[in-house]
Amino acid sequence: MPTSDYDPACLPDLLPLYYRRLFPFSQYYRWLSYGGVSKNYFQNREFSFTLKDDIYVRYQSFTTQNELEKEMQKMVPYKIDIGAVYSHRPSQHNAVKSGTFQALEKELVFDIDMTDYDDVRRCCSAADICSKCWTLMTIAIRILDRALREDFGFHHLLWVYSGRRGVHCWVCDEAARKLSVAARSAVAEYLSLVKGGEETVRKVVLSDPIHPFINHSLSVVERYFRQYAIVDQDILGSKESVDKVLAVLTVHIKKELMVNYQDEKNPMKRWDRLCALVEHKKSGSKKGGQYFDKEIMLQYCYPRLDVNVSKGVNHLLKSPFSVHPKTGRISVPIDLKELNTFDPFEVPTISLICEELERPRADEAEEDDMKDKENEQEAGERRRIRDFKRTSLAKYVKVFDRFLEAMARSRKGEMLKNSDLQKDF
Amino acid sequence: MQFLGRRKKLIGSSQNDLYDHCLQFYGQPPLENISLTEFETFAVERLKLLKTVENLGVSYVKNSDPYTKKMEAEFSSLNFPLKTELDDRKIQGGTSEYDKRRKDHISHFILRLAYCQTEDLRRWFIQQEMDLFRFRFGYLPPRHKTDFLHKNNLKYETVSAEEKKSLKDKLIASSYGLSGITLEEYDFYKVPFQDALDLVRTRKVYLLAGNAYIPHHEIITIVLNDFRTRLSKALAVTARSLPAVQSDERLQPLLSHLSHAYVGQDYSIQKNIGKISLEQIDPLSGKSFPLCMRHLHKALRENHHLRHGGRMQYGLFLKGIGLTLEQALQFWRSEFVKGKVDADKFDKAYAYSVRHMFGKEGKRTDYTPYSCMKVILSNPPSQGDYHGCPFRHSDPELLKQKLQNYKVSPSGINQILELVKGMHYQLACQKYFELTHNVEDAGFSLNHPNQYFTESQKLLGGGRDIKKEVDMSQRSQENTANVTRPSQDNSKQANEEMGDLDSFFQDE
Repeated sequence: MPTSDYDPACLPDLLPLYYRRLFPFSQYYRWLSYGGVSKNYFQNREFSFTLKDDIYVRYQSFTTQNELEKEMQKMVPYKIDIGAVYSHRPSQHNAVKSGTFQALEKELVFDIDMTDYDDVRRCCSAADICSKCWTLMTIAIRILDRALREDFGFHHLLWVYSGRRGVHCWVCDEAARKLSVAARSAVAEYLSLVKGGEETVRKVVLSDPIHPFINHSLSVVERYFRQYAIVDQDILGSKESVDKVLAVLTVHIKKELMVNYQDEKNPMKRWDRLCALVEHKKSGSKKGGQYFDKEIMLQYCYPRLDVNVSKGVNHLLKSPFSVHPKTGRISVPIDLKELNTFDPFEVPTISLICEELERPRADEAEEDDMKDKENEQEAGERRRIRDFKRTSLAKYVKVFDRFLEAMARSRKGEMLKNSDLQKDF
Repeated sequence: MQFLGRRKKLIGSSQNDLYDHCLQFYGQPPLENISLTEFETFAVERLKLLKTVENLGVSYVKNSDPYTKKMEAEFSSLNFPLKTELDDRKIQGGTSEYDKRRKDHISHFILRLAYCQTEDLRRWFIQQEMDLFRFRFGYLPPRHKTDFLHKNNLKYETVSAEEKKSLKDKLIASSYGLSGITLEEYDFYKVPFQDALDLVRTRKVYLLAGNAYIPHHEIITIVLNDFRTRLSKALAVTARSLPAVQSDERLQPLLSHLSHAYVGQDYSIQKNIGKISLEQIDPLSGKSFPLCMRHLHKALRENHHLRHGGRMQYGLFLKGIGLTLEQALQFWRSEFVKGKVDADKFDKAYAYSVRHMFGKEGKRTDYTPYSCMKVILSNPPSQGDYHGCPFRHSDPELLKQKLQNYKVSPSGINQILELVKGMHYQLACQKYFELTHNVEDAGFSLNHPNQYFTESQKLLGGGRDIKKEVDMSQRSQENTANVTRPSQDNSKQANEEMGDLDSFFQDE
């Protein structure tokens, strides 16, 4: 078991070690500098820290990677949030004339939280998750990733496990970072299909014509629905659950199904029956199609995003590689190529990686010789690079590296294109 | 603009070129001199027009026959330009088309002065001007539409025939009312999605690689987006130069009158601070709260908690009806403490946000209670939320049940549901007011939850002072604008019947 029993009481001891020897500062700095194309991009970025005893400090900013490291090692934040790039250094915002200190740019972000699905998952509720309901995150990632890339034309998406019960997406394209509040809100609404609160029974309403985006999303949901909803969640098993599913249907269909379900107890067959009936009614009706079966699938599986998180340019979101104080898990990047096998319970905890750090290594003796020939700082870096490599954190940092490389290549491509254009006569 | 006592004659035909189209983006301010009388008349008439635009927009489906006919009538009676008659300038015996266009131009800029001052005023002004523009643009024949776009430098890239063919099914599936045949005829424009946000937001358009594929007839939405952005920026600029204008004593009274009389109170200045006691809130919620607030209050009592959206909407409403900061803190704390939050945590986490609402923290903005438009249009509720407008956000079945619980008559419920179906949420709430207060006509046009409360209290005899104030402002409106308002006689009758009303409301 890779968890190595995490105890929140150990955080004060583990965090300093984490920030000194494991946190991937150079990759982190590389990310947030975005190639140094924009002046002061890193310097004007807001960070917020939650320190021991729930002390929350905003408007933290740093001038260099070194300063970032030193401050984090000094303050030992329990939680780290990333905010926007402002017009001035956030740490000096009080010195700026009122009204001129403005949030200018930030990545487009999405936050998918498992609690937003509580009305449709039966295995867990609130902060709990399990392998059964994790499928919802897989579905969410597949749908949103496709839409953001194919429909909106974004290329550089970083998906991160939040550490407890959800995932975040950071869209880092330059165009995304420059989006206005209205644009972010429009993107989030385009991606929203499940609408309504406690009072709404039928949360998804489809009508002709069905937008290609909905069709794409449906084909993803359909791949997982039977195993996830009918088998794992058993939504057509108990009476209570069946009632909930059927609540969105018209009275006629509901009645017919209730009769059928008295004899038919097999959930899969029950679902087939429902689909067949809906299809039958659809072909018979004069008006635009009735898509109840599709609506049910979407209501139970389609991603639920909090529009408010995506809307604000100055909204603060948990940083990748931050530690979740309650679970101890590191907020790690998710490799989409391995999405099907991603297991949130396999994500390393801070206690695990700190423990892995202490384990002696065979080839360490050789490397110690080299150490004498270098200066302190370089040695420190090398040690740190060696350090996380021998922990379970390594593979996640690799995912992050690949993400950064892709952005770097893309920037290079842009620069070449621009310089070519300039030479054009 | 300089203002003289007497009107100076216009020189030169160069002015005629200025108005070569009946519609415009109001990019350039007028550069002539006009009399004070004309200044005032133009402003008031445009305001009447915008107010009509607002009322018609709520009462009728936009672009339906009755809507169009009534708009045409208003344009005609107020002499605003609608016809494209580019050649036929002088109409015998009436205002010339040129004069109408000139009035349109000048009156718009005058109202900018009056409506640039606060967020709410700007929002209202932009909304009505956009609806007005949408109506007028829609009224143009197709050739003139394209003409207008080109003249205003809105050149969007057309999609090639091959691309259209390859995307055929997708385009048909994303744009309402298209068939295979019309697809070939119609021009499609490729526009970066950032320029077509309204269409993207509602998924009314096909998106590929960051571009929206827009059929010709939808181009209006793009144009409106552009219009809104320009106007919004212009209002910000105008606000900065306002002090200079306001120092002119001839203009100042007119401008402030214009902005107050027609948009209504924003309930930021509470006239009854401290007159409501906490014990009164429960009975008041049944009697005088609009449905949204009654719903929030009930949820708060039952769950001993409300999420952020609910706390903001309800908390600001309570501030608007007169709760003091101390009362508010006591109210929220006593309720939350009954739930999962202990007093300590309340003080740490939630008290800050209550004080924030009253302008005592952070930016120290004194937040204004949400208007109906804001509640209906922004921040829709999701799982675990109780805020929003029940007429807009609740399932009709659940809404019906709730109204039945509140003892609304079956026929009344049907009327409400019909209005909801037609998306006339504020009228539905007004109908709810009429049914629960047992009056035929509410006597006011509902656009703010605090207005609902004030009117209800007025009706139930609770606020004689408020009644007087509302009457006074209405009388002054009638003097300048000559707009007819529904009579207040109903409220007198209701007061006499009040004896029965209290027992009527003895529910939960």
